[in-house]
Amino acid sequence: MDIFLQQVINGLVQGSLYALVALGYTMVYGIIELVNFAHGEVVMVGALVGLSIIERMAARGDTGWGVIAVGVLVAIPSCMALGLGIERIAYRPLRKAPRLAPLITAIGVSIALQQLAALIWGRNYLHYPEVLANPQFHIGGAVITQIQLVILTTTGILMLVTWVIVQKTALGRAMRASAQNPSVAGLMGVNVDRIIASTFLMGSGLAAVAGVLVGTYYGVGNHTMGFMLGLKAFTAAVLGGIGSLGGAMLGGLLLGVIENLGAGYLGSLTNGAMGSNYSDVLAFLMLIAVLIFRPSGLMGERGSEKV
Amino acid sequence: MKSKVWLGLLGLALILALPFATDLLLGRSWVRLLDFALLYAMLALGLNIVVGYAGLLDLGYVAFYAVGAYLYAMLASPHLGMHWPLWALLPMGALVAACFGALLGAPTLGLRGDYLAIVTMGFGEIIRIFLRNLNITNGPAGIDLIDPIQMGGFSFGANHSLLGWDFPGIYSYYFLFLILTALIVLISHRLSDSRIGRAWSAIREDEIAAKSSGLNTRQLKLMAFAMGAAFGGVSGVLFAGFQGFISPESFTMGESIMVLCMVVLGGMGHISGVIMGAILLAILPEAFRPLSQFQQATFGHVWLDPANLRMLMFAVALIVVMIIRPEGLWPSPVRRRELLTNDDEKNSSHKAVP
Repeated sequence: MDIFLQQVINGLVQGSLYALVALGYTMVYGIIELVNFAHGEVVMVGALVGLSIIERMAARGDTGWGVIAVGVLVAIPSCMALGLGIERIAYRPLRKAPRLAPLITAIGVSIALQQLAALIWGRNYLHYPEVLANPQFHIGGAVITQIQLVILTTTGILMLVTWVIVQKTALGRAMRASAQNPSVAGLMGVNVDRIIASTFLMGSGLAAVAGVLVGTYYGVGNHTMGFMLGLKAFTAAVLGGIGSLGGAMLGGLLLGVIENLGAGYLGSLTNGAMGSNYSDVLAFLMLIAVLIFRPSGLMGERGSEKV
Repeated sequence: MKSKVWLGLLGLALILALPFATDLLLGRSWVRLLDFALLYAMLALGLNIVVGYAGLLDLGYVAFYAVGAYLYAMLASPHLGMHWPLWALLPMGALVAACFGALLGAPTLGLRGDYLAIVTMGFGEIIRIFLRNLNITNGPAGIDLIDPIQMGGFSFGANHSLLGWDFPGIYSYYFLFLILTALIVLISHRLSDSRIGRAWSAIREDEIAAKSSGLNTRQLKLMAFAMGAAFGGVSGVLFAGFQGFISPESFTMGESIMVLCMVVLGGMGHISGVIMGAILLAILPEAFRPLSQFQQATFGHVWLDPANLRMLMFAVALIVVMIIRPEGLWPSPVRRRELLTNDDEKNSSHKAVP
């Protein structure tokens, strides 16, 4: 089996999930310059809501992609409502507050959601029921599963849709205007509060899809799953240049591939001194290296520092 | 003037009597909690230098705490068979942590705001992953049987008796931590009024203006990082000696975030506020503990897992306080004025295009 190709495939799949989550971070950051720490938790809620639905249907004997699709379709509005609620309760009142205040409420929301999820779904790892046959395909010595293929196509389509919305529609134009200068955008008739709300709506919808996909791919869900995922996705967004859509996609894919290659090769490269458990170290070291040479990320805007 | 002196003396008497009163009224576990609150106060004061004075957002601060703690744990425990005394390890912890701070700061201080935050966070994770996987740190199992803190034959961990009274180790630790907290407060206070402190606030308010006024911003930021890290290292040394056992799980990112919450919730840049934030957040989860008894009494059954409910209340309290007082519970008067007049400037800043 071709290890390199296999790790690249696994990396691309994992990376595309990171990218989906990273889009939510980057869009919110682009407009209100807030690191939405609760975003990972929205993904977690999506995964667990999806799991509950899929479990119900599996218990009735339903199988196939239809079950997953129903799970996603229920998770999306749940997460959207959640995202909207978070923005209204925790961020909107602090729009003019000192910069770190909304960061603390974001952390508060993140802890609150984790604990709420633990109260609702319990603290144990929950297993996604197996509703898919998941056939495998061979390409050049590596294996790609049907779930992986579906994840790649779904995330690809969603990224394209996001890009079209932001670049080609009136809503997207308003978003970009609000990102550049909220007060002037407001003077031009853009309802900035509504634009911010719709940004949260879009990000949360993407997070819901990512959540169910992550659950289906790895087969487990838990109230703490959002934290590390969110952290990685945020890292991906920064790696690509926070505020840039393309950057989030590129950063996510890159991070996924590097992590998986690290997991595959670190052991043999260092003669066993460092095993695959150091792959996170590699990911963060690369982030630091990239930021030293390109301080605004790979695709970030340069020279936008305020004077 | 005279009443102020009396008020100060009264406050001092209260602080000195606090562990005894707490023990009598609430029990011994609360005295232990007080000790931890003081440890957190030291940590928060250290982070306050980085975040509050110099305005650098550090999300991996706990890494320096870990460095101090592991230094003490390795050099004063049967793990490597060494038993160094505190007077050597305390300054060493400060120094080594400061070196780590400079090591992290040197390549990354050119980064702006949130980019710096994510890099410091990554650094914190890297340290934790190494602690988990290295042999010398005993991996995920951590190090136990760490020597209690000792000074000139006086062991802080042991039970003593004072004038016939029982004087357990947690009392001794309380007074040791109190003295060191007072020292850190003194240093912080002197720093904030010094040339360096004023340079830091200039950088915090407007880095470009500070640079064009001839300040060596790079060196100053590095100094803030190293200084904050040193305090973190000192707290880590004390933590290891006090707890007697450490593992990588004590130094997660959640812990960094908690210390940041203490600083911001209390009032960034204001020493009294930061101390209050630290004590409040250290005690708050414990204060919500009776919730399970309350459930038992009202519903005759514990419906919701008390541990989760406790953290949930904590999170809600965090959100509510920040919304009601975004500038922190006890901000410095100067900072508060600045915040109230700065509103209009904020909206006109330029940002990156998505």
